[in-house]
Amino acid sequence: MPKPTGIFSFFASLYRDGFRNMTWGKPLVWLIILKLIILFAILRVFFFKPAMRGLSEEQKSEAVGNALLQNHNTDTLNLLTD
Amino acid sequence: MDVVIWSRIQFAMTAAYHWLFVPLTLGLALAMAVMETLYVVKKDPFWKKAAQFWIKLFAINFAVGIATGIILEFEFGTNWSNYSWMVGDMFGAPLAIEGILAFFMEATFFAVMFFGWNKVSPKFHLASTWLTGIGATISAYWILVANGWMQNPVGTTFNPDTVRSEMASAAAFWEVISNPVAVSKFCHAVTSGWVTGGIFVVGVSAWYLLKNRHVEFARRSLLIGAIVGLVGSGTVMLSGDSSGVHAAEFQPMKLAAAEGLVDGGNGAAFTIVPGIKVPHMLSLLATHDWNGFVPGINDILKGYTDNNGNVVPSVAEKMAMGRRALDALAVYRETEDPMVKAMAEAVLDDNVQYMGYGHLSAPEDVVPPVGVVFWSFRFMIGLGMLIALVLLLALIAVWKDKLGSWKWLLWASIICIPLAYICGQCGWMVAEVGRQPWTIQGLLPVNVAISSLSTGAVKTTFFVFLAVFALFLVIEIRIMLGAIRKGPEVEPKDA
Repeated sequence: MPKPTGIFSFFASLYRDGFRNMTWGKPLVWLIILKLIILFAILRVFFFKPAMRGLSEEQKSEAVGNALLQNHNTDTLNLLTD
Repeated sequence: MDVVIWSRIQFAMTAAYHWLFVPLTLGLALAMAVMETLYVVKKDPFWKKAAQFWIKLFAINFAVGIATGIILEFEFGTNWSNYSWMVGDMFGAPLAIEGILAFFMEATFFAVMFFGWNKVSPKFHLASTWLTGIGATISAYWILVANGWMQNPVGTTFNPDTVRSEMASAAAFWEVISNPVAVSKFCHAVTSGWVTGGIFVVGVSAWYLLKNRHVEFARRSLLIGAIVGLVGSGTVMLSGDSSGVHAAEFQPMKLAAAEGLVDGGNGAAFTIVPGIKVPHMLSLLATHDWNGFVPGINDILKGYTDNNGNVVPSVAEKMAMGRRALDALAVYRETEDPMVKAMAEAVLDDNVQYMGYGHLSAPEDVVPPVGVVFWSFRFMIGLGMLIALVLLLALIAVWKDKLGSWKWLLWASIICIPLAYICGQCGWMVAEVGRQPWTIQGLLPVNVAISSLSTGAVKTTFFVFLAVFALFLVIEIRIMLGAIRKGPEVEPKDA
């Protein structure tokens, strides 16, 4: 069984030589790079900010608990009648 | 349209776009692995060239489809933050396993499959091709575990302190991953991918035959595609049957909407199209009993007794229990008194399975858009059967050596490629529109799952996505068609 370093160098050379010798696949690689840039550097950064970013775990629980009860008029009597 | 509708449309568009790539990945993976197996077993270089060509098309589809699923996760955090928080504990494990497994298996074995033809032994390469497909399939399983839980939330308990659905033990995790809805969804989705992959291979091969190019390659590829597609068609029917039984058990409103069944009963008929019915067939499909009871929309609204003798409460009663659950949650969060807290927790536990109903304004809110679900269901079944018929005829044509004379079949095979995509999208419309208004069945309706966002912000990202997706789709189709036009690098006698 090859040593771990052997496996890593094998895969490194596989990717290196593979990309170097690519012909028709090159536009695909550029396409993937372009897509990842659009996704992570533009859409994620400017358009898809997590709504609860910056809140602690407790604050998130509080916020979601409030959202669940936002339009609910609590009827304590309802709770006691059983 | 409000922010909920825009967010749903955006999520639907993203999921539908993602599902353009997944089925072909799953299906082509099987077809090309079978071809490469023939190369290794028979030592016939023809099959190596054939596998290399289909791997090339697989790679194009894979490259354009890569990371399209990530956008769904962006939307969870931005548009559906309440939902995202509530399911965080439950979704964390399956999605993490999916991410790690998909990344390592696909990054490792895809590289060997794609770059390693002259670097590893044929058997090692073959194993990598199979493992690329198996990795994608396992990855799909974890996603469908998450989706299956939303349709049938088993194995979790609602924690009022964290406001999350949590898995308390290893047994709960097992319950989540063996959720019958997830298992049947997985089988149905993956085997529908085999049908898509099969008809894609058959359709592309048919195009070569019509052009009289690469005739031997096309004839042999068509045979493999037809077999893969037919195996997929058979298993998709079996798993579809299982999905129907699970819908009847866990989501009867979805089944009633898919059938347009207003008033149910014993020995219910299956509607092929309005006005044409098959007596008893719906009961047989939904309950595996000729005279089994299938509830209609009105039965579900008013309450009924199911086939096991269990009394299912009316929606109004569920709404009352849901409001009690919300009352209990409110008291639990407000009170400092341990006794009151314990009582509130007990009431919450008793009613939590109906908590989502407490948010509804009227019982009719639980009825999904019947027309959309009804017709999507019919298009899915109709197109699926049409494709299965074309695949069967393609197999017969190869067997009887009629491919040259049955030109209509070759054209039909090509036309069936886009129809397979429409069929898959219709299936997801049945599954997802049919469970409205729920994000999590019975626990969380969509209007509560949504983040606090402006409609304008969602509209902006919707149109940005539309533009980006359209651009990438056009690029993919152009690259794919270019590769198909160029054709395989087969022996001169076959060219």
